[in-house]
Amino acid sequence: MILIVAEHTAGKLAKSTLEMVTAARESGREGPVTLLVLGQNVAAVAAEAAAVADQVLVADLPALAAYNAEVWAAATTQIAQEGEASVVMIGGSRSGREYAPRVAVKLDAPYLEDAIKLSSNGAALQAQRYTFLARVTETVEADGTVVVTVKPGSFAPAAPAATPGEQYDVELDLPAPRVQVTGRSVEKSSRVALTEADVIVTGGRGVGNPENFARYVEGLADNIGAGVGATRAVVDAGWRPYAEQVGQTGKTVQPKAYIALGVSGAVQHLSGMGKSKNIIAINKDAEAPIFKVADYGIVGDINEIVPALIEASRK
Amino acid sequence: MNILTLVRQVPDAEARVKISGQNVDLEGATLVIDGMDEYGVEEALRLRESGAPVEQIIALAVGPKKVEDALRTSLAMGVDRAIHIETDEKFDAVTLSRVVAQVAQAENVSLILVGGQEADWDSQALGAASAERLGWPQLTWTNELKIDGDTITGRHDVDDGNESFSAPLPAVVTTQQGLNEPRYPTLPNIMKAKKKELRKEDPAAYNLSGKVRMVGAEIQTRARRNTMIDGKDPQAAAQQLLELLRNEAKVIA
Repeated sequence: MILIVAEHTAGKLAKSTLEMVTAARESGREGPVTLLVLGQNVAAVAAEAAAVADQVLVADLPALAAYNAEVWAAATTQIAQEGEASVVMIGGSRSGREYAPRVAVKLDAPYLEDAIKLSSNGAALQAQRYTFLARVTETVEADGTVVVTVKPGSFAPAAPAATPGEQYDVELDLPAPRVQVTGRSVEKSSRVALTEADVIVTGGRGVGNPENFARYVEGLADNIGAGVGATRAVVDAGWRPYAEQVGQTGKTVQPKAYIALGVSGAVQHLSGMGKSKNIIAINKDAEAPIFKVADYGIVGDINEIVPALIEASRK
Repeated sequence: MNILTLVRQVPDAEARVKISGQNVDLEGATLVIDGMDEYGVEEALRLRESGAPVEQIIALAVGPKKVEDALRTSLAMGVDRAIHIETDEKFDAVTLSRVVAQVAQAENVSLILVGGQEADWDSQALGAASAERLGWPQLTWTNELKIDGDTITGRHDVDDGNESFSAPLPAVVTTQQGLNEPRYPTLPNIMKAKKKELRKEDPAAYNLSGKVRMVGAEIQTRARRNTMIDGKDPQAAAQQLLELLRNEAKVIA
């Protein structure tokens, strides 16, 4: 079987899970596409999972109420071994890329990390992935049972099948978590999630100050129904929460349109948004590297152009 | 306790990347310590300076002869000694974690610090794979770290925000920007570093064989329109951009 560990938040299956189902079907590996749902009170998630997968394995346990790398790795490994999985697919999220290497070590399996494309080359599973801050696309392959993480946004989400897959409850033997979470700050936004947004408006240092960020970046985003992103510099300066950060150490996005306001375009930022379908840049510095990757660029003052843009987009 | 800090050498972020044949060609590129690893070196030094009972800080690198430079830089920053496993072969992170685990055990290490993501191969796997081989817990994307007896506490980034944590030592911690501001080696320390131990080891001792094969590499650049609009008349520029987004790119209604 092809084992996929479902990603879900707040009782809903994440888009990344649907993308992994597509990745599994494109991988060329045989066997039922099996979604493993780990969590507590996950009946609704399991039902959603059944709509897209050949079968669903559900571990609904108090011990799985909160994510822990060692617990998730143990659960995934156990199911992969019992089901003789030929591919173990894990989301390319922060948490996924944290426990997937553990699963690879436990299974003594090769690990293909952050795949953007999957195919079979004879017995080998072949993956494409970005390297060198997303400037190079590399192709790697491995034989036998392979652990793969899948980069969010790289595959089309799978549509529900005609007949839902069967659901089975599974028993797990889990280790006690050693990392204790002593505090938590969840960054919530009423706007569309960055990794799921079709249009993103991002602000950089060039926006000037937090008030301008709210006025221009959020103002424009809300006007056109876009998500809000920020550069590392803006997050480090405390203007914006980390959840909005786009780039090497933040989120990777590839929306239909990425509108960068006052963003200079450092390599680390470009690695997080350079694959966007359309890039629009507004910056007063004509030499800013962002213009090199822009489809549309305006050299000018944010303070003048963005209000005009907000005004014009209202009409 | 001893701290092991992993050091990788990568091309400078601003360097142009080129491909020859099927591989990335680093000939002539300026090589630097991977920034993410540098935060680990700095953090080890800061932990000791803040009074944590750190006996030795050891830097470990696996790679070609040139990697010595990165190790010398860490020694000049204040690391006590370095181990260089010299090889021209490139190994994936899961394979490499064998070396890390063996060295950690041989050197009686209680804390491993490693960059959260490699600037060259973009992998986030080395810390986690090493932790698994050692049977240790791991904390990734850490931006605050303290040692309190046999426990580490701190704060790190997770999928949807950040968490404060507490975990028993020994452990693996992955480091990132924001954790600290790495120091520049001073000239006297650079001189001193030349006398510090930099031990060479034979990779054959670690019996490394990777399971991931490199098939090829290419630079794919998306063709961009590069349409520039004059911003001198803000109203006209805004109007023109909106029209292009609606009618040419068709990205907004």
